[in-house]
Amino acid sequence: MDWINAIVQGVLLGGLYALFAAGLSLIFGVMRLVNIAHGDLIILGAYLGLTTTSILGIHPLMSLVVVMPLMALLGYCLQRGILNSTLGDDLLPPLLVTFGLSVILQNSLLELYSADPQKLNAGIIETASIEVGSLAIGILPILMFFTAISIVAGLQFIFYRTALGRAFRAVSDNQDVAQLMGLNKRHIFGLAMALSLAVTAVAGIFLGIRTSFDPSVGGGRLIFGFEAVIIGGLGNLWGTLIGGIILGVAQNIGAQINPGWQLLSGHIAFLIILVIKPKGLFPRISG
Amino acid sequence: MPKPLLITQDLNSYYGDFQALYNVNVQVMKDEVVAIIGANGAGKTTLLKSIAGLIGNRPDQITFKDAVIGSTRPDKIAKNGIALVPEGRQLFPSLSVEENLLIGGQLNRPGPWSLHRVFDIFPILKERRNQASTELSGGQQQMVALGRALMANPDLLLLDEISLGLAPVIIKSIYEALPDIIGNGISAVIVEQDISRALAVSHRAYCFQEGRVSLEGKSREMSRIDISRAYFGV
Repeated sequence: MDWINAIVQGVLLGGLYALFAAGLSLIFGVMRLVNIAHGDLIILGAYLGLTTTSILGIHPLMSLVVVMPLMALLGYCLQRGILNSTLGDDLLPPLLVTFGLSVILQNSLLELYSADPQKLNAGIIETASIEVGSLAIGILPILMFFTAISIVAGLQFIFYRTALGRAFRAVSDNQDVAQLMGLNKRHIFGLAMALSLAVTAVAGIFLGIRTSFDPSVGGGRLIFGFEAVIIGGLGNLWGTLIGGIILGVAQNIGAQINPGWQLLSGHIAFLIILVIKPKGLFPRISG
Repeated sequence: MPKPLLITQDLNSYYGDFQALYNVNVQVMKDEVVAIIGANGAGKTTLLKSIAGLIGNRPDQITFKDAVIGSTRPDKIAKNGIALVPEGRQLFPSLSVEENLLIGGQLNRPGPWSLHRVFDIFPILKERRNQASTELSGGQQQMVALGRALMANPDLLLLDEISLGLAPVIIKSIYEALPDIIGNGISAVIVEQDISRALAVSHRAYCFQEGRVSLEGKSREMSRIDISRAYFGV
């Protein structure tokens, strides 16, 4: 029974990892940008949630109404102001610039909020659970999991059913020809980053409700996000969700064997998949 | 005399340090079809890329509808009414046939061309509208590339080697469709290696040699001897 419990909890935890990863997957798919600052942006989302809840006195989940548009706006400005000029044939400049951004974000958060661990208080849903057979499944993990599914489905809908998604795919396929169609790639990239950071806001709020956070923990979330993206296959959003689930299950099974093995077993599962299928399970983009 | 729709004025184009065009002067009048002929590497594609904005130049070297566009961004040039059918078709592989056409029309410029009308002249595309563009034959892909450019309702259509790599019977059918396309208020610049075909569909022609215009004149009045001299530089 403990094992079944570990697997079920792992699947649900995978939803959170998919939320970490969806934004990364999206911008890599559209503009081949690897965002090293993604983890710190998740933490920024959590801190913005903290500030919003304490000023307005609203529930952390309600704070998304404020935090999501804020993060989206930040994403658009960041892309138009800085990141667009790093994009080209070389992958290195965006890596270096987002690494620098990561350092700046961490230190600004440290300056503003100090190093004390913080937490978002979501009240009763943090501890509430439902009984399924002999398992107790938390309301919060269930909520996170179905939020992740809805977000992936929503992104998938935007990508394959809307004019914006058509533009995303066209620019991803061939930037020059996309511009001949009258698409301003800088604007399209800005919109992609805005969408990515809107999803990141959701990830940050859920992270802040689930665990305590401080300015230095972004790097770890970035690793989980990367692993989920790569396990699932680059550019495939449903693959990213499955990658998150595999990571979550592997971690919980490891923790079940020995509590100290939680993170290690997640990384080992990632490495095994990388050895067997270097392009991930469901690759859509090559290189 | 009416003003030309498009003028290049002593156009010098570069790929990095490499100069591909030298003082090129080309004009296109409204409703005119202009052919650009020349050997490989003569600068034909460079000219079209410069006009479409994919290669940046000095602003005043290219004028379109009285606006200088030499250094304008390609998406703004597209909005202004120039559409390029690129060499090798360059469809979007992750878009279906219909989506490729729709993205060509996403600027919503007013004009006669619509999805419906493209399907009218290329009925096979209607049958295959939901297929990935990569699943089509070369000729059908060229129809999509043409349709995609037409969806923008351009004032000036740039066609880069639309017969390249296609079977002669397909080339024939595409060229038979051309009069329905151009001459409806659309001017065109046609880059083509097949000289007789290029001269047959155009009013005037320019021959390029090593980045320079080596011959220009009315298509019907160009003699074979002049062309081969301008083509090969012998």
